[in-house]
Amino acid sequence: MPGIYSVYIISRSGGLIFNYDCEHNFVSSEVEKTFSYPLDVKLDFIHQKLIVSFGQRDGIRVGYTLLAINGQPFSGRKMDDKDVMDDILANEDNYPINLKFGLQRLTTNEKIVLSSMFHSLYAIAALQICTKGRNDRRLTTNEKIVLSSMFHSLYAIAALQICTKGRNDRQFLKSSGIEVMETNNFRINCLQTTTGVKFLIVSDLTVPANKDLLLKKIYELYTDYALKNPFYSLDMPIRCDLFDTNLQAILEQNEKQPIISNV
Amino acid sequence: MSRQTQKNVESKNKVSCDLFTLTYGSLVAQLIKDYDTTEDVNKQLDRMGYNIGLRLVEDFLAKTNSSRCHDMKETADKIQSAFKMYLGISPSVANWSAANDEFSLLIDSNPLTEYVELPDHMSQLKYSNILPGVIRGALEMVQIEVQVWFVQDCLKGDSTTELRIKFIRKLEDALPAGED
Repeated sequence: MPGIYSVYIISRSGGLIFNYDCEHNFVSSEVEKTFSYPLDVKLDFIHQKLIVSFGQRDGIRVGYTLLAINGQPFSGRKMDDKDVMDDILANEDNYPINLKFGLQRLTTNEKIVLSSMFHSLYAIAALQICTKGRNDRRLTTNEKIVLSSMFHSLYAIAALQICTKGRNDRQFLKSSGIEVMETNNFRINCLQTTTGVKFLIVSDLTVPANKDLLLKKIYELYTDYALKNPFYSLDMPIRCDLFDTNLQAILEQNEKQPIISNV
Repeated sequence: MSRQTQKNVESKNKVSCDLFTLTYGSLVAQLIKDYDTTEDVNKQLDRMGYNIGLRLVEDFLAKTNSSRCHDMKETADKIQSAFKMYLGISPSVANWSAANDEFSLLIDSNPLTEYVELPDHMSQLKYSNILPGVIRGALEMVQIEVQVWFVQDCLKGDSTTELRIKFIRKLEDALPAGED
């Protein structure tokens, strides 16, 4: 079992004031390999790094950074005045070529951004999402819209790469974004689909925490009753009665017998 | 959902292949009436397919346990299983390019063309041109841009129908968080 990876302390205004990484819990992700022409790993220049974007193979995974060419390390996309992408990798004469790939650690800057985002995340969590009884104030539609778009950006930040030893010992050090958020009186479960649609369930703490299957069912309903409705246009608010009724039905059923395992 | 209702849903989703073939046939026939040139018909079919693909991919993802593809081989596998799911056929994947970014789908029996013979003056018509559109639209939703075209077509006297799929690029701007 891996222990603590990092300690962060964040100031009241959301700034990072302290950060400590437990080096011994980090693993090396570096892979070195000799390639022949044409290169079947697709590279893209993102955030000042050359990153594998497609065509993973032999332990070189999507998200890895190109760290060195023929044993010579470089940063950015230039190496001795030569553009790595256009002059070195695209040139057949340079092959066979030895490339080293690996994950790059978060920069201090990224850590600061991460911390300030966590700060807003905390602020969201402290909001009243569903109040019953007591003061009976519900969120207005406008507030809900703001909340959703905030959650969206938080999801993006949560997905940053932090160098940790992963579960299942996959040395794939990539987080997926927020799956569950819990406070002392509610929990948010989130499912993001491959196409980028997010499904959230806000629930009481007394119900089972595992909502993967329920979220998946709601996704299926969305594909059936929203997307297959020819009068529904993509990426617009869903106003389909059939979707509403079916969603209600599934939620009622879930109340009687929680959908947590495959029937 | 209980087992009973699940079964109902599944059987409800199965329709006769003939109905589908004939409906598609009348769609193409109508397009030929509506448009002057065969080129326009091809374009319209492709566009319709594209719009179908945009929506169909969600259905595929919701009903299978697919995760994001990180290379073209995985993509090819998934396209293959989608063909099984929606058309009841299993095309074979062949003719990989050296850079692994291009492959062919070989379709032995294309359900769209079951009862079709192409008249001579229609030789420019790409009868099943809806398929490339669907594939292009579906992959675009999962942020992969591809080019799809017919290399061979049974209707034109070739021995098999061959669809060529070429990876162009990953659509980084559209990539959802957590996936880039």
